[in-house]
Amino acid sequence: MALHHVKIFSIFERFWHWCQMALIMLLLISGFGLHGFHGLLSFEDAVTLHTLAAFALLLLWAFSVFWLFTTGAWRHFIPTGSGLWSVLRFYVYGIFKGERHPYRKAYWRKHNPLQALAYLVLKIVLFPAIWVSGLTYLSYYAWRNLPNAPVWLENIALVHTAAAFAILAFVLIHVYLLTTGHSFREHVMPMITGFDEVDLTPEEEAYLRTDEPSQIR
Amino acid sequence: MRGLPGFRTPSIPRRPVEKRSMRPNPLGRSFTAGVLAVSLSLFGQLISAEPSGWPTPPASETSGPQISGPLRGGTADHTKFEALKGPFANGSEVTQACLGCHTETGEHFMRNIHWTWSYTDPNTGQQLGKRYLINNFCTNSRGNEGMCAQCHAGYGWKDETFDFTDETKIDCLVCHETTGTYYKTPNSEGHAACSVMLEGKPPIDLVAAAQSVDLPERANCGTCHFNGGGGDNVKHGDLSTALIKPPRSLDVHMGVDGLNFACSACHVTNQHVWAGSRYNVVSKDTEGTGLPGQRSDVATCESCHGLAPHPVDSIAAFKLNDHVQSIACQTCHIPEFARGGVATVVDWDWRTAGKTRNGEGYHEEGYIQGNGDHRYTYKSIKGNFTYDENVVPEYDWFDGQMRYTTIDTRFDPNAESIEINGFTGSREDERSRIWPFKRMHTWQPYDKGNGTLVYTHLWGEDEAAYWGNYDMGAAIEKGMADFGLDYSGEYGFIETLSWWPITHMVAPKEQALACGDCHTPKDSRLAEVKGVYLPGRDRNRWIDILGTFLVFGIFGGILIHGGIRFFSPKGDQH
Repeated sequence: MALHHVKIFSIFERFWHWCQMALIMLLLISGFGLHGFHGLLSFEDAVTLHTLAAFALLLLWAFSVFWLFTTGAWRHFIPTGSGLWSVLRFYVYGIFKGERHPYRKAYWRKHNPLQALAYLVLKIVLFPAIWVSGLTYLSYYAWRNLPNAPVWLENIALVHTAAAFAILAFVLIHVYLLTTGHSFREHVMPMITGFDEVDLTPEEEAYLRTDEPSQIR
Repeated sequence: MRGLPGFRTPSIPRRPVEKRSMRPNPLGRSFTAGVLAVSLSLFGQLISAEPSGWPTPPASETSGPQISGPLRGGTADHTKFEALKGPFANGSEVTQACLGCHTETGEHFMRNIHWTWSYTDPNTGQQLGKRYLINNFCTNSRGNEGMCAQCHAGYGWKDETFDFTDETKIDCLVCHETTGTYYKTPNSEGHAACSVMLEGKPPIDLVAAAQSVDLPERANCGTCHFNGGGGDNVKHGDLSTALIKPPRSLDVHMGVDGLNFACSACHVTNQHVWAGSRYNVVSKDTEGTGLPGQRSDVATCESCHGLAPHPVDSIAAFKLNDHVQSIACQTCHIPEFARGGVATVVDWDWRTAGKTRNGEGYHEEGYIQGNGDHRYTYKSIKGNFTYDENVVPEYDWFDGQMRYTTIDTRFDPNAESIEINGFTGSREDERSRIWPFKRMHTWQPYDKGNGTLVYTHLWGEDEAAYWGNYDMGAAIEKGMADFGLDYSGEYGFIETLSWWPITHMVAPKEQALACGDCHTPKDSRLAEVKGVYLPGRDRNRWIDILGTFLVFGIFGGILIHGGIRFFSPKGDQH
């Protein structure tokens, strides 16, 4: 096993990530504006921005789900207990001691166990909660004549707002963790260039050097 | 999607459409900034897509004749008719001349509410109509027809003996003459103190009036409808003399520099029966324009503008068309009423009526309205008035159904206030929409013993008529006795409210309410409207508190975590 500079984020993943980042920022800003927390945008502009950004994000997610399953990349997000504790221990203790991050990226496991778990929760709990509640919210006038529609709307708005707060919390932690371990810049660069330090088995290295030379430096 | 069906708009130069654009910030050349910039400018363009044809309807430099609906031009020149050459001794003779050609019109006319002043609500069975109702302005026409029936489209109604089957007593001229010189006088003399106001009027040239007949113009209808309640815009709030020659900014349909609609362009008429009843309001029209030739008997906005009235050229327009289900057009498109410089009365206090100076009634002017005219704030015959202009309406769910407190209604004499016309409606009711209203508040006389409203005898030559004698007890005594009504003998004053759905003074769309006028936590136009979760106005307090704690808690955690890291021994990687 040895560290190598390997491309771990394909062009689509990087496009996905940064578009998602931009759209989520727009959604958070416009969404909390709609909620009445600030008045940077008029309600009309905020609704327009929020709706269009949401549709764009749903489209992006549709592509990403397709990509995850066709490329097999979904396996990066399978939760695992192994190594989870040591990563947790590092963030609450070891990091202050100047310890080294316990996790080494592997070719088929590019996220540490805590990261993978967090992204999985984001993908299967928070994101569905926000888009299911959001689409229902948006289509209110299609079901307003059902019994108790205003009560449903109130609860849907509640779920939507709660999910928005949770996503904002995720964003804060996500960005903060970029400052740990390596420098902030070194953490961000892989999502720009696609390349990061990965622990490769000799077989993986041999495979990449022979069959995918552009994937390894 | 359908735009504005059936609208013929003259081609005129349009104002250039101003484009707003959100410029991407120069964030550097990184990929991040690029993506952000592209998406921002994309959204910027989508957001700034202005609806086409701004402003609508187009302003025109010249104004032609008022548009009175489908009938235009006419086929006869009334100046050429022998029958109209006169001379006429009185208005009724003119009417007889009219009926000589318009043979069926008398029959038709005598069925309408302008003649009968009577309407039975088909849902509540209540006997309504001006002839019977009590309002909270001058309170009652009943027993005061000698004065009030000046606005009856007929001649000579001064008491119960008036013959409602005599078509020669119809007043054709008040609606159809266009010289502007015609006027009405009270059908009975009244008290000497009042007759002074009728002195010095020029005689009416009935021949000129008769030969001038045409489709009614705004000024014709306005003779009464702009002056309801005893003065200009006193009653409705959205019907004032400012609408005789309004700019389009006051009323986009009636504006002389716009569409120049007469009242009957919307209040379409079939055999002298008009569409658009305040007693039977269509609060939500679900039929729209209908097929060609249909729906010519309704005065709803939708009957011209359809059920998807906003051209779908943006996300917002799409949402606005959804809102049609919940929000009456008037709610957004009439941001304020009593515009155009003419104030409306919002508060009337009969308790102060009857003060005299040297035994004579008097009045005081205490309000100067937008157009510079002085308005009475006190009259001995009526009490005190409070005026308001550019009024923000009250809003509530409305299903079109009013329930009136009539002379027959008994209520708790100790009630805090009485609704003259309480209305129903709710979010749950599919016919209801949120409507704008003028709220009229009055202290008015009532029968304290029986808990009823009263007919007050205001106008008359006798000793009981309030106007001239200023004895409220005597006026009520006679007002009730004349109609065989039970009166306890003890009157008091009670607070009453009446609600006036606002539907005129539709502003050009650029002045319509914006989304944020309602969808806002502070000062929402719909702050008082219940039964619905309104995004922006409403929130779950606990989610907001928990969410804020979560976010700030994490932020604080990050600061602590980062702070400890900063002061901790650094490893080789740090």
